[in-house]
Amino acid sequence: MPIDCRRLEIASDKDVVSARQLGRELAAELGFSPGDQTVIAAAISEIARNILMYARRGEVSFQPVNDSDRSGITVTARDEGPGIPDVSRALLDGYSTSGGLGLGLPGAKRLMDEFDIVTGPGRGTTIMMSKLKRPPR
Amino acid sequence: MEVPILKQGQYLIASIQSALTDADLSQLREALIAQVGRYRARGVIVDVTALDVMDSFAVRTLRDVTHMARLRGSETVIVGIQPEVAFAMVQLGLTLKGVATALDLEEGLAFLDQRGRDRVENAH
Repeated sequence: MPIDCRRLEIASDKDVVSARQLGRELAAELGFSPGDQTVIAAAISEIARNILMYARRGEVSFQPVNDSDRSGITVTARDEGPGIPDVSRALLDGYSTSGGLGLGLPGAKRLMDEFDIVTGPGRGTTIMMSKLKRPPR
Repeated sequence: MEVPILKQGQYLIASIQSALTDADLSQLREALIAQVGRYRARGVIVDVTALDVMDSFAVRTLRDVTHMARLRGSETVIVGIQPEVAFAMVQLGLTLKGVATALDLEEGLAFLDQRGRDRVENAH
């Protein structure tokens, strides 16, 4: 099955599990190793849960990366929640406004190769993160 | 999906069979803490071999189980963390500090047996 763009609504904790499972499947289809599949699934789990905790609903979508010099997968998480007022603090280990471990965003950033956030109070939050395949040695 | 909890001797064994939602994990925590008292369990084993991912919520819940069970006089050991899962956990910054782990169910049982013997020796 060709992967152009797949999206999934996030509105309950079941959707968080579905999102990370779909992400893992797509990563497997794209040829990622089992280790990388787990890393991608873990990152998806964290950002999908953040949608649920802070915005209550949103969506996660997946796009393959297929440029001349890089290939992999991009995961986009989008919500229309309150937004993140202070992104640099939200990316600090241990900083949480929800009573969680405060490892979700910084952890997801460490797991992936590329990580961008567009957010602001009242503007919702969009996170785009990519994992790239290592070139064959 | 509810996680089956088996009673074996003085131990409770929770064997996770599939991916769990946050609600499933919370339910497992409540069930284990209640059953530690009901069955006067000295040890708890949580087998996570089938878990696809251990993210921050799963780790926090298992850490809470361990600390709550300890307050009720029971030792917990987490068994079966897969190599890829361990790799992703470390990257996420999740260390399970203060929580006992063992390679598999057999090692977990041996760990609890040893703990039990230590406890008897210390009492003398």
